[in-house]
Amino acid sequence: MNETYQLIIIGGGPAGLSAGLYASRSKLDTLLIEKAGLGGQILNAEMVENYPGFPQGISGSELGALIAQQATKYGLPTAFAEVQGIEIKDEKIVITSEGQYRAKAVIIAAGSEHSKLGVPGEEEFLGRGVSYCAMCDGAFFRDQVIAVVGGGNVAINDALFLTRFATKVMVIHRRDQLRATKVLQDRAFANPKIEFVWDSVVNSITGDKQVREVKLRNVKTGKGSSVEVSGVFVAVGLRPNTDYLRNLLTLDEVGFIPVNGQMETEVPGIYAAGDIRAGSIRQVVSAAGDGATAAITAERFISSV
Amino acid sequence: MTQPLKVDDQNFKGVVIEAKTPFLVDFWAPWCAPCRAIAPAVEELAGEYAGQVGFGKVNVDENPKVATEYGVRSIPTLLLFKDGKPVKQIVGLRPKAELKKHLDDVLTGKG
Repeated sequence: MNETYQLIIIGGGPAGLSAGLYASRSKLDTLLIEKAGLGGQILNAEMVENYPGFPQGISGSELGALIAQQATKYGLPTAFAEVQGIEIKDEKIVITSEGQYRAKAVIIAAGSEHSKLGVPGEEEFLGRGVSYCAMCDGAFFRDQVIAVVGGGNVAINDALFLTRFATKVMVIHRRDQLRATKVLQDRAFANPKIEFVWDSVVNSITGDKQVREVKLRNVKTGKGSSVEVSGVFVAVGLRPNTDYLRNLLTLDEVGFIPVNGQMETEVPGIYAAGDIRAGSIRQVVSAAGDGATAAITAERFISSV
Repeated sequence: MTQPLKVDDQNFKGVVIEAKTPFLVDFWAPWCAPCRAIAPAVEELAGEYAGQVGFGKVNVDENPKVATEYGVRSIPTLLLFKDGKPVKQIVGLRPKAELKKHLDDVLTGKG
């Protein structure tokens, strides 16, 4: 396969889909490459209450599907492929699991993936009690005690959602206060099913056929402890998947892509948008804005070369 | 794209366990967004591997028995059966290329 486009967008979340919407309405010959499925991380959010235009809130899965529907309405082609690298010749060559695609400009909007705890048992019990998607798997833990690891918006949203099924949700957080937005904190502190384990990190996850126990360590006292749970929902943040870009772009220390206000990277014709760019506030609303900005900047670049 | 077969608690044995070819079962539920997101890739694979691998979908809401029997506690979970036994478990929204690799490994006897 060796196809040539004016613009290639990598990633089918809100940033990539918004870029695709703008590009296809501008009649740019565009291809959107997504590795797994359209919609992005927001699909996993139970409720989105801070995206303008939905005063009652909207479920993340519905919002993701609506953004995808709108983006593809003007004839945006999509391909399922995993991007493995980008090379610069006269044009940009995007190397994927399904072959090579060429374009004048590339918008990288591949977002980020769940950070792992990196502890023994985490991989072993994936799908057998360890989960990164409370929305998907919460219902399997009806009337059980489960743990949520993390203290940000995703962790607290997950904990609140899981109280619908679980008898008790233990939030394990490495600090003594939450990072989550105040509205969510208030809801969590008021919820009788949620219990907090402060200043603690997970040392290991153990069990037999399924998760039975989480071993913890208090970061202040160094003391070990354990809690009996049948599920562990991990929500300790996101990391960008940009390793394959290291020889093309200078990344920041975490791996995010630095851009200017026009979403331009240091390489002409290569743009980054959404969660993957350095300094993103990682919200759907900002991802959508980044995508639109990148598409318009890319369009100007394409018509100038 | 090819629609995977609807598999349920009743027909699971006949369709999956007794299948002559390897068989991929997609455990899903209507309210699970990543399940919906992975579906098009599974449908594409069903077309690409027609005749070599069977494809089916189990709605875990309506068919708790088979999901429990195979210890499915996370969806989407794809279980790849060979000779009536699950030989691969793929959990979560994974890239199509990765799914393809698992299918090829089982077909070539590597996995």
